[in-house]
Amino acid sequence: MANTEFKQSVDKALHNSNLSGALGRFSEAYATARVKAYEGIDFEQLRERIAAIKGYAAEHQNELAEQFTKAATARGAKVFRANSPKEVKDYIANLCREKGVKRIVKSKSMASEEIHLNDHLVKQGIQVNETDLGEWIIQLAGQTPSHMVMPAIHMTRDEVADLFSKEINERLTNDIPKLVEVARKELREKFLQADMGISGGNMAIAETGTIALVTNEGNARLTTSLPKIHVAIVGLEKLVPTWADAAPILVALPKSATSQQLTSYVSLITGPTPNDDGSMKDMHIILMDNKRSEMAADPIFKQALQCIRCASCLNVCPVYRLVGGHVFGKVYTGGIGTILTAWFDELKKSEDIQGLCIQCGNCKQVCPGKIDIPALILEIRRRLVKEQGQGVVQKAIFSVVNNRPLFHAMLRTASKTQGLVGAKEGFIRHLPLFLSGLADFRSLPAIADKPFRDVFDTIKQPVLPKKVAFYAGCLIDFAYPGMGEKLVSIMNKAGYNVTFPKGQTCCGAPARYNGAYEVAAGNATDNIKALLEEDVDYVISACPTCTGALKHEFIDVYESLGKRDMLPKARRLATKTMDFSSFVKQLVDEGKLTFKEGQSLGRITYHDSCHLKRTLHAEKEPRELLTQAGYQIDEMFECDMCCGMGGSYSLKFPEISKPILTRKLSNIKATGAPMVAMDCPGCVMQIKGGLDKDGAKITVKHTVELIDDLLS
Amino acid sequence: MFDLFKARAEAVSAEVHRFAAKGEAMEFIKETFRKEAIADAPQSYAVWTDCPFLVGEDKDALAKEFPGLAFDVTRDRSEQAKIGVTQMHWGLANTGSVCQNSSDPKERLASMLPIIHVAIIGTGQILPDLPALLETVHPKDCAYLAIISGPSRTADIERVLTIGVHGPKRLIVVCVDDLGGNN
Repeated sequence: MANTEFKQSVDKALHNSNLSGALGRFSEAYATARVKAYEGIDFEQLRERIAAIKGYAAEHQNELAEQFTKAATARGAKVFRANSPKEVKDYIANLCREKGVKRIVKSKSMASEEIHLNDHLVKQGIQVNETDLGEWIIQLAGQTPSHMVMPAIHMTRDEVADLFSKEINERLTNDIPKLVEVARKELREKFLQADMGISGGNMAIAETGTIALVTNEGNARLTTSLPKIHVAIVGLEKLVPTWADAAPILVALPKSATSQQLTSYVSLITGPTPNDDGSMKDMHIILMDNKRSEMAADPIFKQALQCIRCASCLNVCPVYRLVGGHVFGKVYTGGIGTILTAWFDELKKSEDIQGLCIQCGNCKQVCPGKIDIPALILEIRRRLVKEQGQGVVQKAIFSVVNNRPLFHAMLRTASKTQGLVGAKEGFIRHLPLFLSGLADFRSLPAIADKPFRDVFDTIKQPVLPKKVAFYAGCLIDFAYPGMGEKLVSIMNKAGYNVTFPKGQTCCGAPARYNGAYEVAAGNATDNIKALLEEDVDYVISACPTCTGALKHEFIDVYESLGKRDMLPKARRLATKTMDFSSFVKQLVDEGKLTFKEGQSLGRITYHDSCHLKRTLHAEKEPRELLTQAGYQIDEMFECDMCCGMGGSYSLKFPEISKPILTRKLSNIKATGAPMVAMDCPGCVMQIKGGLDKDGAKITVKHTVELIDDLLS
Repeated sequence: MFDLFKARAEAVSAEVHRFAAKGEAMEFIKETFRKEAIADAPQSYAVWTDCPFLVGEDKDALAKEFPGLAFDVTRDRSEQAKIGVTQMHWGLANTGSVCQNSSDPKERLASMLPIIHVAIIGTGQILPDLPALLETVHPKDCAYLAIISGPSRTADIERVLTIGVHGPKRLIVVCVDDLGGNN
């Protein structure tokens, strides 16, 4: 469980309407603008190339650093390899002393934020001014950036007007162009007077010794031109091998960051050039390690070095857009920020923020460096659990989950006692005492009187030539057995008998998402044994999280635990497993199932479940099925945005789950459709519960519940 | 390619003008000086870096016509200038950018400090895109490669797009068809 102080910071952020308003509006606009920015470009191909370039660079970091040093030195730059933040700070402080530097202007540099350079220099009596407008604002406010690309996005124009008024001793209005003009005037003076300019580097090109700088305001040009000393602080992960490698990164970075074709200014600087008085620029490049080489040596985390710092993972994150960067990561924020914090700071520092990840996979889908951010966050979780052990409550829960008979017995008991806590009409509307926070914004489904595993025995199936095994998952088994009944009926119509291996248990997703990999492996082993016991053609599940576990995660879990002996069986199960909609779509295409003709069923909207769309890549299938059946689909805004369920996430962070759900519900309602369909029982639980509380008369159905009656 | 260049440059708030011959372009630039009231006073100067476009032009006569115009580009003069004129080496069609080997700091002074940047470019120097630029130019010949797309901009306060923060508030691109470039 997250600690109290952290929970308070989450609460504070959630109640800051300016913050979530600004971030929410931006992320909505971003999604559309990004699509436009990438029009005519094969994004997959582009990011494949970037991942290859940066992946190669991560594996050859030392070699490229040497090559860069040689090339840049040959051009007259002084290159310093710094291992620790202290070495960077000492180098710059010494240089300032040696050259009598009193005033510094900085162009935005995340690396200098990472090592808290400003504080250090100010303590030496040096005046340091950030010149990127957003960075200057937060510098004046004494804050840290809340977004990697838009550092002051959390602040209002009024707050900025107050800050600037204080700075120039003159009362200013909140007129934005006028405020920008003030910054231009104030900072122009500082540029002209500065003895040293400090920049970051978006890239360091090893072949040529070039530093690439990307800005919109033009402050990097001024920083690298006007002062006689230029210091560039560049993390080792910014190295790319060749001059030509710069192109794909420069193409993707502005598109992914701000949906621009290109930023206003791109500067590619190769060694010092003359100052305007004819002397030569004194140019220093600091290649900063600070655990980057350690990261490169880590077989799993070296992937994170493929990041080009575009912040698109922040922009699409349903959680980040609610809580912002001051909760979600301090220096480096959002998804990638969680990973970078765990490394560049320390693993312990990421303990709270890693829990914010709801594992919806949005960031993975847009990352131009092709980084599997959610998987790396799970790995952090796993390592944290390994290092510190599981919390007492979770330990207790997982010891139950890993013991199928006990787990199922408890669920059965719950179905008998829940009447006491107010279950009626299929919903638990109130939970007693300490659990009440969990159900105050959405009703939870009641546990069924009879789980599907018992219902199954009463179903009469015709004798058919082929066989599928049905993997129900806990929700269908214990909360929505009706979905299972429909599935059996559909399979029978297609000529398949359904078997229900009774040894099947929890898919292990909750354990895995909590870093309890040994528990997840135990679940995997039980399930593999049960599902492969009988020879079936397919294993079908109507829960995308479970399907994803059967298809991918069992393999991942065994691999990360080094349980290689289980891999062949896990792979065999994976090849047999299919999600419900993709399988039924296949059956329709093969002519094994046909819809009744001429049905006009009216309007419906469809919610993409995170794991169905982004783990199983089934986006078209359910839509095509519903359309073929006779529904007219009215797409909702942000149809593939998480509903806030996230398994146990909604229990751990109900305060975050709730606003995510609220947004989802309003998008559903905005379509005006009387029904919303989806393919995940978890999403059904969340959305049905939310609409029940909300009172909106919209029917919520799993696709499996809709198809059966429409087949001929 | 010019049409795409123009469309993309205008999409990022650059002003694009095309002329068949150098003479017409010169007239346009002079007209711009007049419109912007270039004069011999701080904040009203114009600076113009030496460039192939000026070959054969009578600079003394130009300076006489516009008393605030200087071809000797200094930091102070640029800082007090309303207009900076520089010739660019390349254009990029798909981003509407103008690019320059600005290893000579005067090129940067004239293109980043004044309020308006007039960028001259030969229409024939427009390349399709950024990868093509990196194939064309190599850092061994260009220590400071500047790629400029539109005027300076920011959206750091409440995401409101605002033009002209540290760099020019206007970028006027003067495309000339018969301009023999130096590349």
